[in-house]
Amino acid sequence: MKIAIKGGHIIDPSQAIDWIGDIFIDDGRIKDVRKQSAAFRSPGEEQSGGDDPEIRTIDAKDMFVLPGLIDMHVHLREPGFEYKETIQTGTLAAVKGGFTTVCCMPNTFPVNDNASVTEFIKRKASQEGHCMVFPIGAITKSQKGIELAEIGTMRDEGCIAFSDDGQPVMNSLIMRRALEYSKAFNVPIISHCEDTTLSEAGLMNEGLLSVTLGLRGIPAEAEQIMIFRDIVLAELTGGRLHIAHVSTEGSVSLIRSMKKRGANVTAETCPHYFSITEEAVKGYDTHAKVNPPLRTARDIEAIKEGLRDGTIDVIATDHAPHHRDEKLREFDMAPFGISGLETAVSLSLKLVDEGLLTMSQLVEKMATNPARIMQIERGAIKADTEASLVLVDKNKKYTVEAQKFVSKGKNTPFEGWTLKGMPVLTICRGKIYE
Amino acid sequence: MLNKKDLLGIKELSLEEIILFLDTAAGFKDVIGRDIKKVPALRGKTAVNLFFEPSTRTRTSFELAAKRLSMDVINFSVPTSSVVKGEGLIDTALTVQALGADFIIIRHTSSGAPYLLAKHLKASVINAGDGTNEHPTQALLDAFTIIEKKGDIKGLEIAIVGDIAHSRVAKSNIYCLTKLGAKVRLIGPPTLIPDKIREMGVGVFHNMEEGLKNVDVLMMLRIQMERQGKGFFPSTDEYSRNWGLTSERLSLAGDNVIVMHPGPMNRGIEIVSEIADGPNSVILDQVTNGIAVRMAVMYLLSGVKR
Repeated sequence: MKIAIKGGHIIDPSQAIDWIGDIFIDDGRIKDVRKQSAAFRSPGEEQSGGDDPEIRTIDAKDMFVLPGLIDMHVHLREPGFEYKETIQTGTLAAVKGGFTTVCCMPNTFPVNDNASVTEFIKRKASQEGHCMVFPIGAITKSQKGIELAEIGTMRDEGCIAFSDDGQPVMNSLIMRRALEYSKAFNVPIISHCEDTTLSEAGLMNEGLLSVTLGLRGIPAEAEQIMIFRDIVLAELTGGRLHIAHVSTEGSVSLIRSMKKRGANVTAETCPHYFSITEEAVKGYDTHAKVNPPLRTARDIEAIKEGLRDGTIDVIATDHAPHHRDEKLREFDMAPFGISGLETAVSLSLKLVDEGLLTMSQLVEKMATNPARIMQIERGAIKADTEASLVLVDKNKKYTVEAQKFVSKGKNTPFEGWTLKGMPVLTICRGKIYE
Repeated sequence: MLNKKDLLGIKELSLEEIILFLDTAAGFKDVIGRDIKKVPALRGKTAVNLFFEPSTRTRTSFELAAKRLSMDVINFSVPTSSVVKGEGLIDTALTVQALGADFIIIRHTSSGAPYLLAKHLKASVINAGDGTNEHPTQALLDAFTIIEKKGDIKGLEIAIVGDIAHSRVAKSNIYCLTKLGAKVRLIGPPTLIPDKIREMGVGVFHNMEEGLKNVDVLMMLRIQMERQGKGFFPSTDEYSRNWGLTSERLSLAGDNVIVMHPGPMNRGIEIVSEIADGPNSVILDQVTNGIAVRMAVMYLLSGVKR
């Protein structure tokens, strides 16, 4: 099938594209990306005049046309927790949210700590998935933080990064070994930075609110201590370190100063860390229970500044779907996590609306930089590559209704929010999702 | 009348509501002092004690309060219930409600558990202590006892001593007493008093002798033995040496100081027996007043017109 996307505002910083233009697609591949000029009536347009039934013309006027976004931090829950999410439903949520590539964390059951689990995920994704799936393997066997997992073998099977997300590697020697060993395979180590001896059984941000709610606090320092440890270990070893879900002011300034002195480190944050504060936990709302926890207005300001000045390279979702019954519990018994794929673009567009980021910078955070960090040939709008695109209607307003999520995880703290700007059409692997 | 179905915490109550509870309790205090201690106010209604944590005095107090209002009372004891079979809290509570409960009195180890039930139940939910959050009826009975002994709370210097960090009693009392106009100070080791708690408008002392000066009311908290060995303090012995209430220390407090304790006490650790049983102690008055206050709470939440 031929597709012509016409008159959209095409943005791809990797190709220095930021103009109104047309994109022509044939058989799932981009044939041409062309700047629109009033004086020039393109031959393509003549060929593909509205009447040709072979060509679908999409009017992208008043829309952004972006490379398919890359979410480098999701939990697809399969294998093992299919009642929370499957590769099929998670990737459908991804394309609905504007993502055509996701990287899934290894905390499945069994854990993705060996090549056969990696192979299973890759195979399932190619059979049932709606977008590209790149697995992230575990750093250590069973994510126990004791013995390195078979990083090389998993890399050969398709893992593109390694992380013990959710179960931080507490042993500094093992973390050092991981950063050293991974160099042989040129893969990044993604660190969920949390000193679990300090955050022990914590449930929310530590502060006055945790005191008044009687919920055990997780101090910002639990994150910062580990960020410092991991960055100095990266300096020591020359390994490649990526810091997951940065949530505190102190973390941003640590990463900023360590980057300045030349550390080989990148960092991500998630929409909830720049959109809502710990106040969302009031009333014991388990949908606001997430790890790291929601912090304060000061932290939000620092994270926004970190995004603006480039300290934070990536916006990822940490999409963590859970079953309704698991969240409908006592606060301390409910699992951590937010279902984030279907609200991420709208929440991030607020940063553009506020003038904090340009649209081009936002695409860097959600496509260009993740592609660079994960070393994948995606996230760009180029002729002779797979057509992987998203159209974002920048003016469309809607109300978040979790029940309408295609993800099985309806756990969102943004229920009822009115958001502006949404992905309306995603082209991925030859299919159009709208 | 009170425009509320549930009593979840003192932090949600206005000063007027607190006063309404206390005034109503005064009426019931008369009732339980009579020869015939029962009134038919809530006859035909059912209260269920849903206790997920061990408790003797609070559960008994609620049970007696309900009975003196002529209610039927069921004690739902957790070890014999389907909770051990893995039933969730909401399902358990919905079942209890379907059995006809008008009041569900809940004690739970999870902070916020009563809030979860209040959202899902039509029955009145009364918080009898949730995790480290609140224990509102304890604070109301403490306030009632202070007023009974001191006439008024406004302007009093009140010290709460002990494990503030893990104490729902301390939290409810801080809200209640500051709303009623007392000056509240907390005394204890820094590991057991979160620094941020100062923002609740209270003073903090780590030295017991300094903290006791000019105190009108002294509330001692139970030191939980489990805290030992968790890094909060090295030993109960050392705790007792620094923050235990002795006769010598009590003499530093104001004249006519009253000494309170929510119970159960560790005699010889946070409080010596001479004080617990001495003339300044109002500990048994607290127990008696607990019934009157809990009668008032159930009566007002029922929405029954006088």
